[in-house]
Amino acid sequence: MKRIVFPIMAMVLYGVLLMAASSVAAPVVPDAESGKRGDLPRFLVPSAVSRENFPCSRCHNFRAADRTKRKLKEYHSNIELKHAEDQRWCYDCHEGDRLRLQNGRLIAFTESYVLCGQCHGTIYRDWKAGIHGKRSGEWDGDKLYRVCANCHDPHKPRFSSIEPKKPPMKPSDIKDR
Amino acid sequence: MEENGRRRNPLGLKLPRRTFIKGALLGLGSAALLPGQAKAAWEAFLQKNFREMSDEEIREVIARLEKDAAGEWGKEIKIDASKAKPGVKFGYGLDLSRCIGCRKCVYACTEENNQSRTPQIHWITVLRFAKGEKWLDLENSEKYYNPKEVPEEGFFYLPVQCQQCENPPCVKVCPTKATWKEPDGIVVIDYNWCIGCRYCMAACPYGARRFNWARPGIKAEEINPDTHYLGNRPRYKGVVEKCTFCVQRTRAGKYPACVEVCPVGARKFGNLLDPESEIRYLIKNKRVFRLKEDLNTEPKFFYFFAT
Repeated sequence: MKRIVFPIMAMVLYGVLLMAASSVAAPVVPDAESGKRGDLPRFLVPSAVSRENFPCSRCHNFRAADRTKRKLKEYHSNIELKHAEDQRWCYDCHEGDRLRLQNGRLIAFTESYVLCGQCHGTIYRDWKAGIHGKRSGEWDGDKLYRVCANCHDPHKPRFSSIEPKKPPMKPSDIKDR
Repeated sequence: MEENGRRRNPLGLKLPRRTFIKGALLGLGSAALLPGQAKAAWEAFLQKNFREMSDEEIREVIARLEKDAAGEWGKEIKIDASKAKPGVKFGYGLDLSRCIGCRKCVYACTEENNQSRTPQIHWITVLRFAKGEKWLDLENSEKYYNPKEVPEEGFFYLPVQCQQCENPPCVKVCPTKATWKEPDGIVVIDYNWCIGCRYCMAACPYGARRFNWARPGIKAEEINPDTHYLGNRPRYKGVVEKCTFCVQRTRAGKYPACVEVCPVGARKFGNLLDPESEIRYLIKNKRVFRLKEDLNTEPKFFYFFAT
């Protein structure tokens, strides 16, 4: 009896594994030669993960998700949502320890640009081409890209104004030496 | 000055021509024979134009200049003389829809390229224009704007530096051929051949060239020791200088300093001959213009609007 059961079990298990593998989105494998992942850049400067809040599951495993819009008082009170806030609440982009796309797919925080690219398609395209956002490194070699959240606060993406550096000296300010 | 038909020299000495020539020849002859400082001075006097030197001569000249610079600035300074890479023509893009006029590029440039701090020399000038007025009214632009915070409501900013023209008027007017366009498209200056006549400054329609009215005033600890002969090596009193797209960085494959410092990512740089480069992408896909295009200077500096 055992002789028949084992192969059957093995086949069932294999099938389950195959199904599981195909249901998960195929990971983007870097091209061996250029190091590029599809049309994605090779080197990304990841945005720093919040040490205070990450991983989310540390607390949220023990709390029920409250999807009503409200002013947060106990936790995350420092987050000011100013990013299409009329249409959005935490769980539209966050789920568990990951980010949630519109189609329900979950992605890691390191791929956050995919989430931003859902709405900001033209800017996403420009960013991949190296036109939007800052680049550093080598102009004909390894370029460092910053992901969106490196420069923009995802909850309040507009840049705040900064103090300019000193204006050049006017000829009238030049003193004799 | 005339006395009995004979011209007197200002010191009041009686100096017949024969005596003068004998003395001068003796002096020059002994200078040629003398070791050390006199020899170096003699070599500096006979130094050829950079483009006429062989690789061996360039090495010798650089060894002497490095020694001079170390003595003058109290710091070891490395002078590189790397040549242009074939198949490269540098181009620059500046996104006017992003620039906030913070002037970080101005000061990053000063530090990277060893500009004089006192008297002050900046290679980049950021101009401020009122929105909704005449388009790019250069005469009424403001370069001394100094608000608490930028960007200001109702204004936009346009940084101007050397436009690295394909048809550079500054090169045409130089009487000593001390400035020229390199094969990778950057216009450079041989500071040892510049005589400081400032014709090039008068010819440049962009006001991009700067003159050293005094010996550059830089503290030794602020000097960037990684320099290029045609770029950021310490300059002399009485020579002209300007932006070189950071030749010491870009010929080593790196981005210029202003590109790396820009906090809003408005500055783009790349190879115009590479169809995959970001500069080619923006020329193809964005609204692009060049400053004073009607002058036929063909700048390789492209202002664009990403949005």
